Amino acid sequence: MNTQPQTAPNHTSGTPAPYEDLRQLSLRVREHIIRMATDGGCFIGASLSCTDIVTFLYSRVLRITPERLSDPDRDIFLLSKGHDVPAVYGTLAELGYFPRERLKNHLSPDDSMYWHPNRKIPGVEFHSGSLGHLLSVAIGIAMDIKMRGGPNRVFVVLGDGECNEGSIWEGLLVAKAYGLDNLVAIVDRNEFQANIRTEELIPLEPFHSKFMAFGWDVKECDGHDFSSLEQAFSNLPAASPLSDGWDKAPRPTMVIAKTVRGKGLPSIEKRADRWFVNFKPEEIAALLQELHGHAKAELTSETLMVR
Amino acid sequence: MTTATPQASATPALGYPDTLRELAEDDERIVVLTAENRAAIRSLPPLLGKRFIDVGICEQTMIGVAAGLALRGRRPVCHALATFLTLRAYEFIRDDLGIPNLPAVLVGGVPGFLSDANGPTHQAIDDVSLMRTIPNVRVVCPADDLELAEALGVAITAGAPCYMRHIAFPPAFPRKKSFDFGQAEVLTDGDGIGILSYGLLSRECFAAAKTLSERGHSVRLVHLASLKPIDEAAVLDTIGQCKVTFTVEDHLLTGGLFSIVAELCARRGRAIPRLVPFALEERWFLPTLLKHVLDREGFSAEKLVERIERTVVA
Repeated sequence: MNTQPQTAPNHTSGTPAPYEDLRQLSLRVREHIIRMATDGGCFIGASLSCTDIVTFLYSRVLRITPERLSDPDRDIFLLSKGHDVPAVYGTLAELGYFPRERLKNHLSPDDSMYWHPNRKIPGVEFHSGSLGHLLSVAIGIAMDIKMRGGPNRVFVVLGDGECNEGSIWEGLLVAKAYGLDNLVAIVDRNEFQANIRTEELIPLEPFHSKFMAFGWDVKECDGHDFSSLEQAFSNLPAASPLSDGWDKAPRPTMVIAKTVRGKGLPSIEKRADRWFVNFKPEEIAALLQELHGHAKAELTSETLMVR
Repeated sequence: MTTATPQASATPALGYPDTLRELAEDDERIVVLTAENRAAIRSLPPLLGKRFIDVGICEQTMIGVAAGLALRGRRPVCHALATFLTLRAYEFIRDDLGIPNLPAVLVGGVPGFLSDANGPTHQAIDDVSLMRTIPNVRVVCPADDLELAEALGVAITAGAPCYMRHIAFPPAFPRKKSFDFGQAEVLTDGDGIGILSYGLLSRECFAAAKTLSERGHSVRLVHLASLKPIDEAAVLDTIGQCKVTFTVEDHLLTGGLFSIVAELCARRGRAIPRLVPFALEERWFLPTLLKHVLDREGFSAEKLVERIERTVVA
């Protein structure tokens, strides 16, 4: 677990600490998320929990660049729990998929940067919003890639609360039945659903063994520790080629990334009532200070009734 | 009873499963999916190999998979029972095919009265209503196997999401033109009794129209395989020129052809002289074998003649 302040560089050796580039990227993405949490607000808690997963995948795992958005051999990233999209907007802007200035258009009627992802944003492969959909879409994409013998892989981020949906468990069955070893699902295990802790409502544990029982290769990691993420995403299987029919033996991969809702902002971490907030401008300024290790922000804005 | 003795085809055209096979053989993009409803296409798995995907009894996943395949340039054709396809997977069709306007053809098995004795859980009598509500999704109800096969090819070429009712019956009546979206077929031309119908019941209406004509009525029968888009001119001409027009459908009154026609007249500012719906009003139909369903529910050719004559005289 990375407990260091995310701005702290390692000055002792004169070389950057491992993953310092990723820490800086995540910090900038979190700044973007916080700035999107006013003038209408955003799903700040879950966006902060999946930030490191998203920055890590885009920087170290996904074989994709802004220039390769129509390359049929690119890796595909899908965000099934679409309310985390500020983390994706921030990451895509930082990595040059569109100008950072465009983030100021969040919720503007003149752009398509709203509370859930859509394909008008460069780099977004498919829209989401209703939970439980994109695992099946990911399966379709992975099947196409297997049929054409492509080298690429499909990564889909699920919420732990999203795993209440029956369609997730259908998808788990079907992906294994078709041996989709080019499919990687990642659960952002922040232990919260919209309004309540997962284990208080519909317990998911033992989560790991549930996925194992469905025939998936299951890995666990700390979703805020880049070395732990690196370990989980190393040795992903190379897609096995199909011959005449579907080979049902290979396994898809599930990564359970343990995270903290609201990560980076102690004043909202793990708080069910900070799920979706429209902060006042002075609160945004205080939260940005808090992100950089200063005093906890004084927050009075209430969660919005969006769920 | 015309249902029992459909006319033999003079055309050596291929029916639905063989057409689907031929289309798939010619076009690598086509992938056939089912949710464990392969009876109507059971010849396809060995012929299509990897491009036949049975996801098991997982209708939602089937639609999501179809969207993923379509995103990658494939042309998925999903075959599943009409109720489970349109109801269980409704939100997936709306969200994953409708919103992105992806090219997938959905073929609903045993729709309407064709569910015979299955009972109300299996009665797709709201499918037209549900599917036409989704932006971008087209709706087709062919009269027979050959028209279904034609529509399949047209729908795949169109590259838009399309729902169609499956039907395996041999040709219902001689057709003068081949299927196209937004094109009705006027089967008999008259100006006394107008009949608008689609799918399975166009066969019964065709036989009924023949009897009515023999009894001296002037009948215009319009078969509307393409319900969305609808042939507006054919509908409005019939309503405007016939003394009384009947909509005949194995569907709930709400949202089906009667609604389509009423909406169209209202939108176009046309007066509706006399429009009579033959549909299911706020209820499911009696589960029994098709011939009995048609008879008991009043949709066999004989019953249609009786009901129409009763209405016209009244």
